[in-house]
Amino acid sequence: MSTAVAGVAETLARCRAEGRAALVGYLPVGYPTVEGSLEAMRVLVEAGCDVVEVGIPYSDPVIDGPVIQQATSEALAAGTRVDDVFTAVATVREAGATPLVMSYWNLVLHRGVERFAGDLAAAGGAGLITPDLIPEEADEWVAASDRHGLDRVFLVAPSSTPERLVRVTSACRGFVYAASTMGVTGARSSVDTDARGLVERVRAVTDVPVCIGLGVSTREQAAEIGAYADGVIVGSALVRALGGDGELAPRLEALRTLTTRLAAGVREAARTTDQP
Amino acid sequence: MSEHPEVVDGPELTVEELPRPGRFGDFGGRFVPEALVPALDELDEARQKAAVDPEFQDELARLHATYTGRPSIVTEVPRFAAHCGGARVVLKREDLNHTGSHKINNVLAQALLAKRMGKTRVIAETGAGQHGVATATAAALMGLDCTVYMGRVDTERQALNVARMRILGATVVPVEHGSATLKDAINEALRDWVTNVGTTHYIIGTVTGPHPFPEMVRDFHAIIGEEARAQVFELTGRLPDAVIACVGGGSNAMGIFHRFVPDAGVRLIGVEAGGEGVDSGRHAARFAADATPGVLHGAMSYLMQDDDGQTVESHSISAGLDYPSVGPEHAFLRDSGRAEYRYATDDEVMEAFTLLCRTEGIIPALESAHALAGAMAVGRELGPDALLLVNLSGRGDKDMHTAAAWLGLAPEGTQ
Repeated sequence: MSTAVAGVAETLARCRAEGRAALVGYLPVGYPTVEGSLEAMRVLVEAGCDVVEVGIPYSDPVIDGPVIQQATSEALAAGTRVDDVFTAVATVREAGATPLVMSYWNLVLHRGVERFAGDLAAAGGAGLITPDLIPEEADEWVAASDRHGLDRVFLVAPSSTPERLVRVTSACRGFVYAASTMGVTGARSSVDTDARGLVERVRAVTDVPVCIGLGVSTREQAAEIGAYADGVIVGSALVRALGGDGELAPRLEALRTLTTRLAAGVREAARTTDQP
Repeated sequence: MSEHPEVVDGPELTVEELPRPGRFGDFGGRFVPEALVPALDELDEARQKAAVDPEFQDELARLHATYTGRPSIVTEVPRFAAHCGGARVVLKREDLNHTGSHKINNVLAQALLAKRMGKTRVIAETGAGQHGVATATAAALMGLDCTVYMGRVDTERQALNVARMRILGATVVPVEHGSATLKDAINEALRDWVTNVGTTHYIIGTVTGPHPFPEMVRDFHAIIGEEARAQVFELTGRLPDAVIACVGGGSNAMGIFHRFVPDAGVRLIGVEAGGEGVDSGRHAARFAADATPGVLHGAMSYLMQDDDGQTVESHSISAGLDYPSVGPEHAFLRDSGRAEYRYATDDEVMEAFTLLCRTEGIIPALESAHALAGAMAVGRELGPDALLLVNLSGRGDKDMHTAAAWLGLAPEGTQ
């Protein structure tokens, strides 16, 4: 295995050395347009995202709530293609952050797992988050990601049993994505205490870093979660900030403002755990 | 009903012997969010226990005998058969079940399982509304909360079934996303399930979805083929030359096929929705067109998709067959050559629909009319010595609006 680009583990380690959690920001490529989404991703990086999770719009996004569903269906209607994700990955890498791709499995499968992995590595991508792929179904992806030196981010949830936590985290490389709550993507006024308990349960079985996603939208939540997780993942709130019908420039400014606040949040967290 | 003693079984060809659980060859599997895995494991354990638990089996048999109306009868239809090349045609009358289709077989069993697992709420997706009505019925019978997701387009073309579900006490949620049909209803049901999985069981209505659904739903419908095999033998003294069923997700077809899989001399023929013709692009013939394998709603199977792997919207005059993928066991039976699949266009379906109404006094569901159109074609190919068993999976009351408009029978001023 060899990799020309930094994996997400290095990014998380650098943040940890600064005594803080990483900020992971999600945006789908193609929203509001392909070019507009690239600008938005540059804004995320400039405003303090350490990792950008680049989503590929998909026709049947079963774990996404209304905000991301709306944005990705607009992106598809505007003609966004899977190829566009590699442009976005290269853009994020050039801007100085670590790009991870989030894709529903059929898009990877249809392109060919090996071809997808090769294209992702060539574009400078660190790896792939797979929300509807469990390790039992991932043999081909595990082999391809090993060949191309790509990170593999699988998910765990509050419903995960101790056996599942072992199974899933042992297949992960980079970090494990812990869903803060049972449900789909979307901002929530409070992120469940489930999140803290889940991080503790994951830490009990693995040294793989844990990032928390689903429901995070504010600086205060970022600070609260950053105190015990290795990374804070924000998606719907960023997409909502970028939303609206008006000119793109003020929407990008709204995105910058929110990202700056979230970046401040992960920096003001009082770290309660001292991870290796 | 006992199996007819003269019928000798062929070699069993069961998925249990396949190397990977939940797989039918390369098809099936579990492509789901991790959050659902514990619930799927719990369900798999519960259904395996139930399969060997006399108490569960007795309760289900009692419900089928006293509530569903099983065994459903078979009806020979000679006046219709005259349009099928003179072949003998026997219909398995799942349309006579309580709630009007085969769907109740699976729903009662899953609702019993839900209660055993301590769930207080059930959800379902529905296309034509038959599965939704069956789920709403079982929920009323067993005191469960019920929410049914239905594409907005389907709520309009199957308005009668929406009313039935609401009268039975279910909440019907019209789904506006995507094509606003069956696949989008399943997306929304999956989102509900992943959010409420602690209290809620998702009663999937067909032989797709993540393992164990395809196997479990097939097993709950296998009673169709078990009864029909013995009934046809009793009526005719032999097994049919072909068993014909419509295939959307494919639950009624798997139900009637399963018992016949070991009978190598019996052709298994699934009829997909050809819509406006496969060349038009407006169809749901997953096997007939240039469909390739892909993953949708938790299972690997054949899938209508574009160059990027985005799901392509299907089309059919029948809401229940309007689905861009197909149950994974059908993909396996097709690729292994054990079953064959053809399609019937909307035009052919409406011809078969009208014929059965006017020659036999039986109004079939538009879904089931695809199987009838298939029988007309197969009968003409095989000729008068052939014996065809057709699964009449549902009754057509729900389709009166669509059929009347198609046939120009709607009262003036309503078009």
